Amino acid sequence: MTDAPLVKVRNLKIGATVYPPGERPQEIEIVHGVDFDLAPGKVLGLIGESGAGKSTIGLAAMGYGRGGVEITGGEVFVNGRDILKGGLRRLRALRGAEVTYVAQSAAASFNPAKRLMEQITEATIHHKRATRAEAEARAIALFEKLGLPDPQNFGQRYPHQVSGGQLQRAMTALALCPQPDLVVFDEPTTALDVTTQIDVLAAIKDAIRDTGVAALYITHDLAVVAQVSDDIMVLQQGRMVEYGHTDQIINAPREAYTKALVSVRSIEHAEKAPTQEPVLSVQNITARYRGTDKDVLQNINVDLHPGQTLAVVGESGSGKSTLARVITGLLPPSEGQITFDGRVLTPTLAARPLEDLRELQMIYQMADTAMNPRQTVGTIIGRPLEFYFGLKGAEKQKRIKELLDEIEMGDGFVDRYPAELSGGQKQRVCIARALAAKPKLIICDEVTSALDPLVADGILKLLLDLQKIENVAYLFITHDLATVRAISDSIAVMYQGQVVRYGGKSQVLSPPFDDYTDLLLSSVPEMKLGWLENVIAHRKMESAGH
Amino acid sequence: MKNIPISAMIGLAFTAVYFLMAIFAPLIAPYGMAEVVGDVWEPSSSQFLLGTDSIGRDLLSRMIYGGRTTIFIATMATVLSFVTGSVLGFFAAVSGGWIDQALSRFVDLIMSIPSLIFALVVLSVMPTTVTMLILLMGLLDSTRVYRLARAVAVDITVMDYVEAARLRGEKIGWIIFRETLPNALSPLVAEMGLRFIFMVLFVSTLSFLGLGVQPPQADWGGIVKENKEGINYGIQAALYPAYAIATLCISINLVADWILNRTTSLKGGRG
Repeated sequence: MTDAPLVKVRNLKIGATVYPPGERPQEIEIVHGVDFDLAPGKVLGLIGESGAGKSTIGLAAMGYGRGGVEITGGEVFVNGRDILKGGLRRLRALRGAEVTYVAQSAAASFNPAKRLMEQITEATIHHKRATRAEAEARAIALFEKLGLPDPQNFGQRYPHQVSGGQLQRAMTALALCPQPDLVVFDEPTTALDVTTQIDVLAAIKDAIRDTGVAALYITHDLAVVAQVSDDIMVLQQGRMVEYGHTDQIINAPREAYTKALVSVRSIEHAEKAPTQEPVLSVQNITARYRGTDKDVLQNINVDLHPGQTLAVVGESGSGKSTLARVITGLLPPSEGQITFDGRVLTPTLAARPLEDLRELQMIYQMADTAMNPRQTVGTIIGRPLEFYFGLKGAEKQKRIKELLDEIEMGDGFVDRYPAELSGGQKQRVCIARALAAKPKLIICDEVTSALDPLVADGILKLLLDLQKIENVAYLFITHDLATVRAISDSIAVMYQGQVVRYGGKSQVLSPPFDDYTDLLLSSVPEMKLGWLENVIAHRKMESAGH
Repeated sequence: MKNIPISAMIGLAFTAVYFLMAIFAPLIAPYGMAEVVGDVWEPSSSQFLLGTDSIGRDLLSRMIYGGRTTIFIATMATVLSFVTGSVLGFFAAVSGGWIDQALSRFVDLIMSIPSLIFALVVLSVMPTTVTMLILLMGLLDSTRVYRLARAVAVDITVMDYVEAARLRGEKIGWIIFRETLPNALSPLVAEMGLRFIFMVLFVSTLSFLGLGVQPPQADWGGIVKENKEGINYGIQAALYPAYAIATLCISINLVADWILNRTTSLKGGRG
């Protein structure tokens, strides 16, 4: 017996009310008895796929269940008190004082009409943890520690005046300001670009170490959690799968599910050499949105060869999705031209012949919104068949069945609606819809970023297999370098509307690098202990050397 | 059937009774519509269940025939306003640009004139026939439906599945009727229940002012007009149409509520 645990959770059960359409509301259990301890000053990582219950468990540490979620059983001790007993008044005293919370989307969590300082010190002052002057002094000290620019005056800005990464750090300051015993971090870096994520991660880690606060760190990214936590709990569908030291989970996982999580992204794909004429050739494309005077794309030149994959990588705002809009004809370019399969594409969508539309298909990031919720899988896949090839009746049904086989789903799915499918199945149906048109090129816009790692892996494997069978080319837009390594033949790195590096996969990913590619590549979290410290130390050395 | 909540059952029952009475009016009504069968404003008796009206016609028969006219006009006008309003609204939302601007500003223009005054002006020059009433009411009301349909459709047309349909090369008809309409139905159905009631009130108002359904044809607004003097003598005759309008209104909205609940879920109303 050294330290009494700060947080002790015993047999935690959480239920939720679901509302199936046309039926009576039902009570279901979403967390089935979870136990853990957290000593003062330690960090526990909760990891799992979506629906694993990790956020729900994290919020339960504050005695909170959101939207229809209710803690139905078990005990949660914070500082030796069972917070589930004692009612709302006690909870109110606890939240924002002893236990604080950092949400995933800082942009949606701050009040846009108030200055940051007011929001950051609000809970501290309300709970009488400090006077206003003390709280503001603390906040300024935290800004400095978190590496925010101009700490003295940073608090005077409004949320829209700072960047996403800075806002996420401001929210960390908000959580640390009352000097709590425990902070719950709910996917604090998931919405950020990799190059921003690394700074925020380092700032959070330093702040946790310096203030000696304990933390629950919720994420779906094992490589991220490995950098910050002492212990990791792996969750699947509301049950604990494995619970142990970070070192053990990463280097010697015991359970099959944990092993799968650790070894994810192990797809090998040998680079193909460019062959004949490119199927798609983007020449000197410059584009801007109507009513603006800034070129979102500047003089883009890339080629894509038949049956190959060109990965377009970059941060949000780099113009990679805009490139897709230009190729599809949704945004006519101001200069340059695009050749597709030997012929010049008309700039606007409306003027393109049907054959061009058929041979150039698109798959979206959010499969949820890419399918009409009122159409069955059969209609969704069948429509291109009917529309482009005039297939009807039995012939159409036969082709739908073939397509469902190709995406490894049975024909039992024909009459299902999108709402009845899982995230991975939805994306598969979108792939089938694109394939139904027998395209020469499919534009994949962040198709795996909304999916859990294991599911995303399945989709990538499927895409590679289909490429071999159908000899279709992919223009693969992504911000995730692991995906790029897994499936591309050539790579274009985009930064602020320009292609900064372009070539075959091996060429782009081997030194010497330009500054931006180096930054991008070194920012991708690796599943190694101490990776974060190494990168930060390396960067400090380099900047000192310059 | 067993899943129908009690409120919807009540609503369905009353709505059904009103519509059946309207359809089978000649079979149900004890006397003819314009037949003078008794004294002026006789109290209710076994012979005249609701008494007689200002010139001695059976009030129950007039209520039944009046319901037939009122419900028929209101229904047809609602259908007309929904077809025109939603098709134009979807068309504007899907087309965007100057088509949307032109249509929307024109609708704003029509809406800026109070519809009752607009209707009175038109009816004072045009012949007051049932067809004319339906056309006028339907087209005037379609501006409201247009607004709603356009607002709903604008949210839908920015979804990726509509973009996917455009990229496929679909024509505007498919985008309106197959991609947009099914996802906009819930709010439109809810609005339809409400609009039907406004139509009943509208046609009753017009008749009360003497510009709607013309005598001897009966309708609920007309019955109020003919019997309004009776209220001074404690005669209920003018109030029966009011009861009828109120119960019909409530029951139709109970049904609309239930349909809404069935077709929406907590997932953004698109389950």
